[in-house]
Amino acid sequence: MGFYLQAFITFFKIGLFTIGGGYAMIPLIETEIVEKKKWITHNEFIDLMAIAQSIPGVFAVNIAIFIGYRLRKIKGALSMSLGTVLPSFIIILAIALFFQQFKDNEIVQRIFMGIRPCVVALIAAPTFRMAKVTKINRYNIWIPIVSALLIWLLGFSPIYVIIIAGISGFVYGKFQRKSDAS
Amino acid sequence: MIFLQLFYTFFKIGLFGFGGGYAMLSMIQGEVVTKYGWLSTAEFTDIVAISQMTPGPIGINSATYVGYSAIVNAGFQPAMGVIGSTIATLAVVLPSFILMFLISKFFIKFQNHPSVKAVFKGLRPAIVGLLAAAALLLMNSENFGQFYNLPLSDLRTFIQANYQFLISIIIFIVTFIATRYYKISPIYMIILCGIAGFFLF
Repeated sequence: MGFYLQAFITFFKIGLFTIGGGYAMIPLIETEIVEKKKWITHNEFIDLMAIAQSIPGVFAVNIAIFIGYRLRKIKGALSMSLGTVLPSFIIILAIALFFQQFKDNEIVQRIFMGIRPCVVALIAAPTFRMAKVTKINRYNIWIPIVSALLIWLLGFSPIYVIIIAGISGFVYGKFQRKSDAS
Repeated sequence: MIFLQLFYTFFKIGLFGFGGGYAMLSMIQGEVVTKYGWLSTAEFTDIVAISQMTPGPIGINSATYVGYSAIVNAGFQPAMGVIGSTIATLAVVLPSFILMFLISKFFIKFQNHPSVKAVFKGLRPAIVGLLAAAALLLMNSENFGQFYNLPLSDLRTFIQANYQFLISIIIFIVTFIATRYYKISPIYMIILCGIAGFFLF
């Protein structure tokens, strides 16, 4: 199977199971793209997430575009983002055309009552794996904790957290190189 | 020309839609309901509910649905509605493509520069925090059901009142352990939890 077809099918599968917003895509990409297919490494994935989160637009599509572009330039970006978008497009169109009463269906509601807590757990689990990959230790663990609390309790936009973290890294790097040089 | 307006509106939403699907929804509401009056508030609420319940990014789901409804509400045939949803979906994704080009060119050129490396060194631990915040924000009564603080002495009433909450917590813990320690695929877990939801609720 050609690379582009494989890329399309993989992201189609990911798009099909991304329920409840872009973050739900992260555990799926981690399993399919990083661990099974080994197309990118964990660290590359985290860097791409940082970029995808810092630019506007649909987070899940941004990630697909960046991974695709990293691997096979524009054709890769096209096949992966098309795969991500197509399942939602088809399903929503089918609902709009034929099942306007979809959300009031009692069976659908029961199924989603089971899926929602499951998706929250799926997002919580990679947090710990990523902490290991990014080499979080007792000296820098305050960074993710403070970032999470700022967003969760004080309602900070993730954008600001990313900007502050990026600038801090830049300044810290400058000082470190200076002290290395002297 | 409603098709052009649709394209322009969703391109703008894609270009300024910082902060994920939910932040985007309020922009879509401002443009589509308040400014253009393509949809009523009730219709928009329905679209939000359906976007959350169906797979796929919320930004894409709502663009597809709004594109269809806006055209059909304007008196066109459903077939034209399909064109409307295609236009809205493409328009919302297009800014990401353009930005990706600009950033990727820059990033690939400078990725080994010490300053760029330092920036990403600062970003990585913060991204872990972002992910934790996403999970924490979703731990609400909408996803887990309402918790009623009743005395445990009447265990029967407690369980009956908190049935959805308790089952949700069990699903959460089982999914967490299964994916984290036993490497069960997220896709299987979503299917299993959907089946569990059907039988338990």
